[in-house]
Amino acid sequence: MTARVIRTIAVSVFKESVRDKVLYNLVFFAVLMIAVSYLLSQLTAGQDIKIIKDVGLAAMSLFGLFIAVFIGIGLVSKEVEKRSIYALLAKPIRRQEFVIGKYFGLVLTLFVNLSIMAVAYYAVLGVVAWMSGGWYLPQWEAPAVDPRLLKAVVMIFLQLSVITALALFFSTFSSPMLAAALTFALYVVGHFNADLKNFETVVASRPLIVLARVLYYVLPNLAPLDIKSEVVHAVPVPASYLFLNTAYAAVYIAILLSASTFVFMRRDFK
Amino acid sequence: MTRRPGVTFGASLAVMLAAIVGIQVVRDRAFALSTTDEQVLYVRSGRLLEKSALSYDAVLADVYWIRALQHYGRERLKPPAERKYELLYPLLDLTTTLDPRFTVGYRFGAIFLAEPQPGGAGRPDLAIALLKNAIARNPEKWDYYNDIGFIYYWNLHDYQQAASWFNRGGEIAGAPWWLRTYAAVMLTRGGDRQASRAMWVHIGQSEQSEWLQKTAHLRLLQLDALDLIDELQRRLAEFSKRTGQAARSWDQLIAAGLLRDVPRDPSGTPYRLDPETGRIGVMPESALWPLPTEPAAAPEMKSAPVSSAP
Repeated sequence: MTARVIRTIAVSVFKESVRDKVLYNLVFFAVLMIAVSYLLSQLTAGQDIKIIKDVGLAAMSLFGLFIAVFIGIGLVSKEVEKRSIYALLAKPIRRQEFVIGKYFGLVLTLFVNLSIMAVAYYAVLGVVAWMSGGWYLPQWEAPAVDPRLLKAVVMIFLQLSVITALALFFSTFSSPMLAAALTFALYVVGHFNADLKNFETVVASRPLIVLARVLYYVLPNLAPLDIKSEVVHAVPVPASYLFLNTAYAAVYIAILLSASTFVFMRRDFK
Repeated sequence: MTRRPGVTFGASLAVMLAAIVGIQVVRDRAFALSTTDEQVLYVRSGRLLEKSALSYDAVLADVYWIRALQHYGRERLKPPAERKYELLYPLLDLTTTLDPRFTVGYRFGAIFLAEPQPGGAGRPDLAIALLKNAIARNPEKWDYYNDIGFIYYWNLHDYQQAASWFNRGGEIAGAPWWLRTYAAVMLTRGGDRQASRAMWVHIGQSEQSEWLQKTAHLRLLQLDALDLIDELQRRLAEFSKRTGQAARSWDQLIAAGLLRDVPRDPSGTPYRLDPETGRIGVMPESALWPLPTEPAAAPEMKSAPVSSAP
């Protein structure tokens, strides 16, 4: 497995997403942020900065989610449907390089997308602060242009990277529709995981409790990666918490990529 | 037409858009849109909403916050007798369940749920319930203890409870020194206007919301208006003493040299003198109307001589 091949595939996925006008969502993001900033100053009784921060982070997460799912599910299946997989596999490309290259290509797209959104987000917050007459007014919980918001952006990126790996995994063996449904289902389950851990408060059956505990550890746990509310309210998020979550996401992605490669290597395209 | 397809398309689109606007204008004139004043809150369980929101609970909290403000504003625009504020508590409860750190949401509730009708919902019990939720979720914040103490003082006139909450707030790390002094003031001078003034000054200085500052400013002006009313009542009494009859208009006091002009409240609106009862109040059109019901004097103060009040 060579890094050069993976990089080439990743760059081609990125270029393809640009050709497919995926980055058009940035325009929607910019329009949304400007519109929200203008409207909220009339509606929110002094809470406009807090709400602009909330809306911006939620929009980054939501736009990224749609990109991760709807492009992720087509990464492999599209090549199979278009039969371009035959031409690709005839080249000196290993199947694992193909899967991993595809994954990093979409992650690169998400990274570029989120980076541009973050710049636009800070620009809007900067303009609103300037128009409000200060960078950190006494009624705000945190400065308008708060670097700590980047922690939430990084966690959103990690969450999207996990979702991309899920979508890619499902796309290696199922149809795009089914893959999308399964990915969204796991995204939802990923935010209810804490309930699985505390299942003993709901049922008394020991086997069920054990099953719930196993599912808690096996299914993707996305809720801890959501720190949007904490950073907006300037609640300290320790570096160790970020590190542990990063490690969790990295290992989970590695598991999903291994599984995707394993399934894809056994597929018969004849 | 084949040479300029873009122009033809643009012109057709403009015509069709004009038509669609025109049709709607005609329809709406002929069949007036049914407007309902009924306000509905489909989901009342904050826990359910919090779960359903996945990672978007903070944004959903913002939506409910805006709805709470709109509900409050809409009710305020109605004639006083029709103001209900029925959805204010559920909306604030949903907002703060979805975002448990939404400080202004709690404090908004504290003042406007407790405020007597028609200025607010007249439900200090719900205001206290909301603030108790705030304390359960943010036990490190003394502000909420202060707000509960204030509601017991200002709205319920229960000085023992007020003192207890001010004391509990004062025990929290980082609480200001004056919180404990409030507790002492409650027990000794509960109904004192100076104590009320000091509390509203502190609320105004909290700077968490420009809107709260405006409310505090209004309350301070109302307290000034009450001071002026006390002074005017003294002059009315002086007029009665001199002439042996009750004054029925400001002109009589001006003619007697007890006033130079028609007295105005701090918002600039003339005071109202009821010719039947001789009572003085602010006009309904004044920005200060209605004046708050003042807390009654604490038992210790009632028995104390008037000169002991600051």
